[in-house]
Amino acid sequence: MELLELTALELGKEIQKKNVSVREAVEASLAQIHKKEPDIHAFVTIEEEKALRAADRVQKQIEDGTLTGPLAGVPAAVKDNICTEGMKTTCSSRILSNFVPPYSAEAVKRLQAAGAVILGKTNMDEFAMGSTTETSWYGPTKNPWNVKHVPGGSSGGSCAAVAAEETFFALGSDTGGSIRQPSSFCGVTGIKPTYGTVSRYGLIAYGSSLDQIGPIAKDTADCAALLEVLASYDKKDSTSVLRKDYDFTAALTGEVKGMKIGIPSDYLGEGLDEGVKKAVLAGAEALKAQGAEVEFFDLGMVEYAIPAYYVIASAEASSNLSRFDGVKYGYRTSDYEDLHEMYKKSRSEGFGTEVKRRIMLGSFVLSSGYYDAYYLKALRTKALIKKAFDRAFETYDIILGPAAPSIAPVLGESLSDPMKMYLGDIYTVSVNLAGLPGISVPCGIDEKGLPVGMQLIADCFREKKLFRAAYAYEKARGPWKLPCGGKEEK
Amino acid sequence: MAVKIDDKMIEYVGILAKLSLSPEEKEGAKEDMSRMLEYIDMLNGLDTSGVEPMSHVFDIRNVFREDEVVNGDASEEMLCNAPQQKEKQYQVPRTVE
Amino acid sequence: MRKEYETVIGLEVHVELAAKTKIFCGCSTAFGAAPNTHTCPVCTGMPGSLPVLNKRVVELALSVGLAANCGINQFCKFDRKNYFYPDNPQNYQISQLYLPICHDGYITIETPAGEKQIRIHEIHMEEDAGKLIHDEWEDCSLVDYNRSGVPLIEIVSEPDMRSADEVIAYLERLRLLIQYLGASDCKLQEGSMRADVNLSVREKGSSRFGTRTEMKNLNSFKAIARAIEGEKKRQIELLEEGKAVIQETRRWDDNKEYSYAMRSKEDAKDYRYFPDPDLPPVYISDEWLESVKSSLPELQPEKMKRYQEEYGLSEYDSRIITESKHMADLFEKTTALCKKAKKAANWLIGETSRLMKERGVEAEKLQFSPGHLAQLIELTEAGSINTNTAKEVFEKLFDEDIEPRAYVEAHGLLMVNDDSALEAAVDAVLAANPNTVEEYKGGKTKVLGFLVGQVMKTMKGKANPGKVNEMMAEKLK
Repeated sequence: MELLELTALELGKEIQKKNVSVREAVEASLAQIHKKEPDIHAFVTIEEEKALRAADRVQKQIEDGTLTGPLAGVPAAVKDNICTEGMKTTCSSRILSNFVPPYSAEAVKRLQAAGAVILGKTNMDEFAMGSTTETSWYGPTKNPWNVKHVPGGSSGGSCAAVAAEETFFALGSDTGGSIRQPSSFCGVTGIKPTYGTVSRYGLIAYGSSLDQIGPIAKDTADCAALLEVLASYDKKDSTSVLRKDYDFTAALTGEVKGMKIGIPSDYLGEGLDEGVKKAVLAGAEALKAQGAEVEFFDLGMVEYAIPAYYVIASAEASSNLSRFDGVKYGYRTSDYEDLHEMYKKSRSEGFGTEVKRRIMLGSFVLSSGYYDAYYLKALRTKALIKKAFDRAFETYDIILGPAAPSIAPVLGESLSDPMKMYLGDIYTVSVNLAGLPGISVPCGIDEKGLPVGMQLIADCFREKKLFRAAYAYEKARGPWKLPCGGKEEK
Repeated sequence: MAVKIDDKMIEYVGILAKLSLSPEEKEGAKEDMSRMLEYIDMLNGLDTSGVEPMSHVFDIRNVFREDEVVNGDASEEMLCNAPQQKEKQYQVPRTVE
Repeated sequence: MRKEYETVIGLEVHVELAAKTKIFCGCSTAFGAAPNTHTCPVCTGMPGSLPVLNKRVVELALSVGLAANCGINQFCKFDRKNYFYPDNPQNYQISQLYLPICHDGYITIETPAGEKQIRIHEIHMEEDAGKLIHDEWEDCSLVDYNRSGVPLIEIVSEPDMRSADEVIAYLERLRLLIQYLGASDCKLQEGSMRADVNLSVREKGSSRFGTRTEMKNLNSFKAIARAIEGEKKRQIELLEEGKAVIQETRRWDDNKEYSYAMRSKEDAKDYRYFPDPDLPPVYISDEWLESVKSSLPELQPEKMKRYQEEYGLSEYDSRIITESKHMADLFEKTTALCKKAKKAANWLIGETSRLMKERGVEAEKLQFSPGHLAQLIELTEAGSINTNTAKEVFEKLFDEDIEPRAYVEAHGLLMVNDDSALEAAVDAVLAANPNTVEEYKGGKTKVLGFLVGQVMKTMKGKANPGKVNEMMAEKLK
């Protein structure tokens, strides 16, 4: 058994059975990180000493019976916009390059309470604004399947780290597709839960009404187990939802007989790569063969999702990022005469181009005279998008489609045409606008050798349906090999 | 609707967002914003009359805390990332009033 | 001929609410702590922090709105007001613009021309900013976030006031109302109540509003009055010279008695309000509203009326006593015990007020108990102590809340009412002053006072002067 090829749950079992020690697992991950990082650059910060110390501590707790959960001792990586106490948290931005939070995000605390060992913080698009991890101040992350290509974004580092077997699972965040799209590009499994499921306390905010933290792992079972650990009702987050059920692993039955799956025809039009379309439709067929009822339907509102998303996300971001001003933490410019110069220079020097672009757009759509026409209009559109999904879910259990219109683009090709880059979010942003859960599962490799992900979307609070279908699909698809473990022949 | 994004508008937005752009950056920003807004104008083709703007996706209300002091002195932690501090306060250039 | 002008004034009053913790986090609001010792990630705007609303703040805001006759927006929400300033850790303030908690109320003030209603446009909840201190040595400013997040209500009036007097009357009414509710201690000097004045002038008889200016940094009622006079003059002068009044914010300097414009091109004053995505809306049910309504205490105007009707106090006396809720409580409780309303009132208006001035004690801080005051009143009514003794005992009561009966006994201050003892003393004095007796008998009745005084002296002031007087007069017949 190749240690690094195990899933998080498999490793957890081996650790409980004492076949592997926590230290061994952590050392193996760290060795892989050292090996792969020169090519992949998935991490911003690697906390070797802390991880080894934590490993020994967790080992003791497993031995004395304190930690008995399925993920105890499993090494993990955390996206660098999620606060980790005593560990640099940069959002891959110059403006936070020296920020060490005095507290951890609720999601991180829950992971650590379950015995996960944090290896370090992963690279991302700056402040989660981007779809390729190329806007990171620390330089891009490369796709482990082909280092000439991007891993996707904004959780590119987390997805690449899992795909390169540098970690057994990672935390990402998703505001407009930032877990699902890079999961698709990197051939890993990632889920964005229903809004309000995982506490946002400690997640450095981008689009507050859209953000969610979610797990990225090698398969559905891992994601379900991880979501069970991460999800909670947190009083520190006023948008946290008290759910009726948190036992997501109970849905790993593989039973999809009679499940109604709808594929929006408006997802399959122009702009969708042929290779991606083929792989996704094949995925649907596999589910059909398992007993699900699959059909095409008109979702509607699809073309309005991206403009509505960009208005709302930029508006919220422009306000959320106002706090970065060189006063209380982060980067302060070295040369200034007065307060306003300090503000302007610190922010202009501290933020990258894409971030500044979105802050400007966001400030504009909220400004006097434009608020109604842009911001309120977008909020009305959001309401209609939600209605369209409500209507769809009256008939269907799952909506199935691609996670992205293409496979991972080549490095350096996307940033010159931001509009085109934004259009790549077409399948994912509406899910955030409506607060729905969405999972991306690897469903094929295209002719260039890059993976394709299939996105499953369910109604609010129906993650169990997603896990059920995704798990069943995995069984039908067969084992999925990550690039380090050998190429998948399909 | 196609809003005209001119130099004055970029200046104005720069003041709102506390960003100072170089002349090249300003040109780039004007172009970017114009393109984005043109695209966003597509929303005008959608009839949203009678639709309430939806801020929150779920109908959650009344999330409260009790009026009990639960925090103590966290001044060390709060100040530990300050770029400049003096006498346990954040130091900034002189403010106008 | 010089035109006649009318001044039009509206006020924006910020009040720090008397909650134990801040509006969005569990940090203490207690005044006077060392800098930044009442802070947390939320009120210092740390990345990843989130606000959670303090329920008590909603209740206090509701009670003020109800007492000010406002309509309540049972469904209200929070919006972000975006602007950059170091005392604002997130560079946005969480406030309420689109749906504030209260709307359309009024406060009734008294003017020489009779009662007048000053309308309230709206009342909303918001968070306070931190404090900026200017460091002269290093020519920089220092920020303390202890005050950041302290809960405020902002009370916005309509431009219904026409003079500094009306403004002061409005502020005093407002302050009294809020203090009665226990919603805030409303101290202008300490900043728990702050007033910004919006002022414009127009020709008398005109129905159009002139351009208004906003004045800040008004730290006392006197400063407010002076600022109003100053700004009125300034605007009238401008108009008389044919110039226009510029809409701007002006800072009042009370030492120099003038204001200057706080103009900055770095500030667009475009706050880009939008609903805060981190805070769900507030829904105040009918039941909740009813329960707050029914738990509102009796307010000052009703109390005043009731004191006149129930206790027969004069309008003046009832006004003085009800100016402070604490004093009113003392009055009611004392009267309930000793049943002597007028006497209780006299003690509060007379000796209490005198000692308050002398000792610099505020009405709200009076610490003697109604039970003890009632006891003192009973002692005087029973003739057990005389007026001077009573005053002496009261001072001790005021300072240390002593138990009068025990004190009087311990210090042997009981008035001597025993006839035989008194008679002996009277006889002694009469015997010792034969010449004075002769004078009295000769028609100089005034000397009775001297003789009574002598008895008081031998009895060390403890004789019942009334009785001594009677006895003496009887014996001298």
